[in-house]
Amino acid sequence: MTAGTAPQVAADGETVDLAIVGAGPAGMAAAIRAAELGLAVVVFDDQPAPGGQIYRNVAHPPPLPRHVLGPDYHAGAALVARFLASGAEYRPSSVVWHVAEGSLSHTGPDGGGTLAARRILIATGAMERPFPVPGWTLPGVMTAGAAQIMLKASATVVDDAVFAGSGPLLYLVVAQYLRAGIRIRALLDTTPRGARRRALARLGSAWSGRTTLAKGLGLLAEIRRAGVTVHRHVADLAAVGTDRLDAVTWRSGSVRHRLDCATLFLHQGIVPNVNTAMAVGCSHRWDEGQLCWRPTLDAAGRSSVPGVMVAGDGGGIAGAVAAALSGEIAAIAAASDLGRIDGATRDRLLGPLESRRRRDMAVRPFLETLYRPADADRIPSRDETLVCRCEEVDRGTLADIVRRGCPGPNQIKAFSRCGMGPCQGRLCGHTVTELFADLTGRSPDEVGHYRIRMPIKPVTLGDIAGP
Amino acid sequence: MFRSLTEPTGRLVTVSLDGRSVELPEGDNLAVALLRAGHGPFRTTPAKAAPRQPYCMMGVCFECLAEIDGVPNRQTCQERVVPGQSIRRQDGARSTGSAAAPAPAARGTP
Ligand SMILES: Cc1cc2nc3c(=O)[nH]c(=O)nc-3n(C[C@H](O)[C@@H](O)[C@H](O)COP(=O)(O)OP(=O)(O)OC[C@H]3O[C@@H](n4cnc5c(N)ncnc54)[C@H](O)[C@@H]3O)c2cc1C
Ligand code: FES
Repeated sequence: MTAGTAPQVAADGETVDLAIVGAGPAGMAAAIRAAELGLAVVVFDDQPAPGGQIYRNVAHPPPLPRHVLGPDYHAGAALVARFLASGAEYRPSSVVWHVAEGSLSHTGPDGGGTLAARRILIATGAMERPFPVPGWTLPGVMTAGAAQIMLKASATVVDDAVFAGSGPLLYLVVAQYLRAGIRIRALLDTTPRGARRRALARLGSAWSGRTTLAKGLGLLAEIRRAGVTVHRHVADLAAVGTDRLDAVTWRSGSVRHRLDCATLFLHQGIVPNVNTAMAVGCSHRWDEGQLCWRPTLDAAGRSSVPGVMVAGDGGGIAGAVAAALSGEIAAIAAASDLGRIDGATRDRLLGPLESRRRRDMAVRPFLETLYRPADADRIPSRDETLVCRCEEVDRGTLADIVRRGCPGPNQIKAFSRCGMGPCQGRLCGHTVTELFADLTGRSPDEVGHYRIRMPIKPVTLGDIAGP
Repeated sequence: MFRSLTEPTGRLVTVSLDGRSVELPEGDNLAVALLRAGHGPFRTTPAKAAPRQPYCMMGVCFECLAEIDGVPNRQTCQERVVPGQSIRRQDGARSTGSAAAPAPAARGTP
């Protein structure tokens, strides 16, 4: 299933102008603009349909009333349609497992191979921040994002779930569940006391922010109107059970609570999905506002590796509107770097996009302050909490290794296998860096992140040997 | 219990789940279809044989691994239901080796 008819687009073996990894808003917007500017573009995405996280399945959504997933979701259908008509070659269900300067390797239904590309745009988006609490590996515990994916992809839901954590996506998923008529056991809100006051002080003159703020408050009001039990200032969350989840426990003030439940959806905001950019060797910095790693990029999205660019939430959390704008900006910069447009054209095209992005981003400091996860919800303090889900390494083991003088995350792997499982550190990388920094009094930048290696996704030996 | 709010879009097809025949909608997300069928755990861990189920549904956590048509370490949340498919629970087996095979040096691993 290949969309588009652009004659200039090539099979493997030839060199394309721009290869894009990810067909979310960033990758789709980049592809549309690049194709318009005459570039030969190929877009790889591991999902069967374009859209990325926010617009997952939007061209063929499950037959639910439109208000369930909401207007922000359905708005993506227009972008998907433009993308499919853009002339960019689209390869669905295709995983990119290796990226280097000038080429990438992929595997999918059409076989796989290595494609040479003059520019590569990593638009792999975000993932949910790990929320390591005791028992978070028990069957029955999933993420709020997972609940939303099941709803968007298969209209699949579960009754009487507990949702716990903080952040706009959590409230959105709860609201989507309620609009679909699904009973919710409770919402346990971990947003720390005083967050709203601190955040309002940062709203300043961010006028555009008022819409976002109104939307957020609207969701909370919608949840309250629906009569869902909401517990605020939840701390010390734990999932309890032996072979599967039986209950969730938490503290508010000095009172310990317990609620029996079979499903718990956790959420603590989102962080850039940095494995691809890290594996290519792009330099990264710790962002203290967003509490995550992000690649060091110039204003157009060029990384420290020549020819490799990053757009969208994978370059730092900015939301879907800014993701699409950053994709367009990167495409224009790539066209200009490849000599397809002159400097004057580039600047004329970039100007309005950059100011729209600046306006859209003005609300970010406010959101980052409002939904800044509490230290205790990122850096586990109980020894029994698993940090590495794959290799089952708990906080106590890691703290012990750090106390014995282990110099950094890469060495921790050798002592404990932490970060060496199939997820390649995606679910523990942020926690290990922050735990290490906390225990040694160093900054996350000084501590660093695991070295990430290719392949970035599991492949068979056949994929590596090539067709 | 996971349930669908709508009629299945794909026709029901037979797959083999740990040797048993079950009917799932063709083309549906495999992990979602298995959760709705009450399947679990999907795998047990190599280190402590703890039971695991899908966690992220977006391909980053690798909790949903299963053996599909004889190939271990497949992410069921990234797969579709295909008629005649055979899905087996994956017990223990350390998944790093065969899942994330190291790329050969010739590929220029940084
Ligand atoms: C689970 C989840 C749900 C979200 N839901 C919403 C929502 O409802 N509303 C909202 O406003 N924001 C949502 N977000 C936030 C989201 O980050 C949006 O801001 C937006 O989707 C970001 O766009 P993007 O193009 O940067 O990345 P994405 O939309 O995430 O797109 C990236 C795409 O790249 C693909 N990909 C990743 N790695 C590879 C690879 N190696 N090979 C091939 N393809 C790859 C992914 O599968 C995905 O399709 C969600 C985030 C998450 C993690
Ligand atoms: S459920 Fe996380 S990778 Fe499949």
